[in-house]
Amino acid sequence: MSASGPVSAGRLAAVLLGLGLVVALVSLGALFLGSASVPPADVLAVLAGRVKGVDQVVVLSLRLPRILAALLAGGALAVAGAAFQALARNPLAEPSILGVSSGAAFGVIVAQVFGLGGGIVEALGLAACAFAGAVVAGLAVYLIAARAGGLPIQTLLLAGVIMSLFFSSAITVVISVIDFDRLGGVVHWLLGNLGPIAPGSLAVFAAVTVIGFWLVLRPARQLNLLALGEESAQQLGVDAEALKRRIFAGAALLTSATVAFVGPIGFVGLIVPQSLRMLLGSDNRVVIPAAMLGGGAFLLLADTLARNVIAPAELSVGVITAFCGTPFFIYLLRARTGEPRL
Amino acid sequence: MTALVECQHVGFAYAASGAGRSFAIRDLSFEVPLGETFGVIGPNASGKTTLVRLLSKVLEPSAGRVLLGGKDLAGLSRAAVARQIAIVPQDVPRGFPHTVEELVLMGRFPRAPGRFFENARDRIAARHAMETVGVMDLRAALLDRLSGGERQRVMLARALAQEPTLLVLDEPTAHLDLRYQAECAGLLRRLGRDAGLTIVLVSHDLGFAAELSDRLLLMADGAAVRVGSPETVIDEAVLESAYGCRVIVDKHPVSRRPTVHLIYPRA
Repeated sequence: MSASGPVSAGRLAAVLLGLGLVVALVSLGALFLGSASVPPADVLAVLAGRVKGVDQVVVLSLRLPRILAALLAGGALAVAGAAFQALARNPLAEPSILGVSSGAAFGVIVAQVFGLGGGIVEALGLAACAFAGAVVAGLAVYLIAARAGGLPIQTLLLAGVIMSLFFSSAITVVISVIDFDRLGGVVHWLLGNLGPIAPGSLAVFAAVTVIGFWLVLRPARQLNLLALGEESAQQLGVDAEALKRRIFAGAALLTSATVAFVGPIGFVGLIVPQSLRMLLGSDNRVVIPAAMLGGGAFLLLADTLARNVIAPAELSVGVITAFCGTPFFIYLLRARTGEPRL
Repeated sequence: MTALVECQHVGFAYAASGAGRSFAIRDLSFEVPLGETFGVIGPNASGKTTLVRLLSKVLEPSAGRVLLGGKDLAGLSRAAVARQIAIVPQDVPRGFPHTVEELVLMGRFPRAPGRFFENARDRIAARHAMETVGVMDLRAALLDRLSGGERQRVMLARALAQEPTLLVLDEPTAHLDLRYQAECAGLLRRLGRDAGLTIVLVSHDLGFAAELSDRLLLMADGAAVRVGSPETVIDEAVLESAYGCRVIVDKHPVSRRPTVHLIYPRA
């Protein structure tokens, strides 16, 4: 199913405007809701700069950075998912399923064990180590699963599961050996935690996400051609090898930034791009920018839910996305009868 | 007549892999003049598909060179090659997620690889290509929903949207029933004669190739066995040695072109 007619700048603008509105609405909701009850009038007063004190701290230092982090993380994961799906020509490819998230998480744990100081240096170091872990895991999965003529769905999923298990075990080993006391916090982070994020970290997160997003978005037209198979794409003028490297680097950057700053949240990269394709068609020039906004809105919604369902305690956002993602994954797996489809 | 495509002593060998026997193209030379329909025939594993890959710069020859309009293919960018040569593959991958019109527009990529969206000129070219092969009504359909014959025509439309000088068809009739074969033949005749396209037609179907081609190249074991008019190439002794089976060559009752009958061995 596809919306009428081929993609144009006008249609993309309309889609982005619509999704922008959704993001704005969800953000407003998240700003007004929370375990510390701040009356709506006070939230508005804080935003207008007329109120100081606890309310200001809650709204500006807790809720606002959290909203920004959720929008960034959701967008990054959804775009990474769309990129991996186009790259593997496989609808079930997704950072957490491919093991890329686990690799990045291992990188983060190692970085934390060795200590990176604080502030921007720490943020950059975490992102770099996460990226290294993501690349290692991604390459390993590719090498295990690649066959002449593509990435068969079963081997790809199994390779991803194996890599996830391996890196999860490695994480457990590192944590047990080095610092037992920090296990509690780490478990919370491993499920995805959009808790307090420092302004410096948020800035690094945003910068890395912009770079990764650009790497994936700019060749979106070539990425469409890759669905024809590498040989046909080459015959139409696409440098398939360079394209694949660029998309992989972009998707790994987006995944690792998210893992470094909010943890390995699963399934966003599966649910969001697939839903968008059902609504908007498969053209990556629409799906990828739409995933940036749609993924942000989705994760922010999930996080707002996670903050409020058992308030004053809170769930990890990854629990919510996993509860949504598991039935979705099963549906896709059953509906696609095991054929490599997109 | 100037040659549009010229293969000069082209050699190529795939990297040896454990399974399967090694295969190589050896000292292959031929030329295709502008406006000609040139058929390539030969048994399985004779090198026809490898030849298509060499012509489209998916593979680079290890010896000799391929010239396109007098220029070495090795010195041209992929997009520059794709502006001149359009390949019509046998099929799209299963589960191909795009619509007919999206696929046909993909043929416009080499015209402006730096552009993010197609422009009005691209849309006109795509519509024209879809009208030429008669798939305008299918433009919003997903490829998966189409029959083999319809998909074949859509891929031809994508190739025409490239506005190439050379059209290379890889087994165009492989999945087609008789009616679609007839349609395909009519379409290729129109493109060759009316639109003046140079066509390289790779086919298993000797009758189909002989019917449509001005000249034929018969390949076996990666080398040229014979190049020439259909009458000189479709020859009982030549075919029997290339294919290793017995045949009778006859003339088509209407077109007077050579046709081949297989002599089925008795049990």
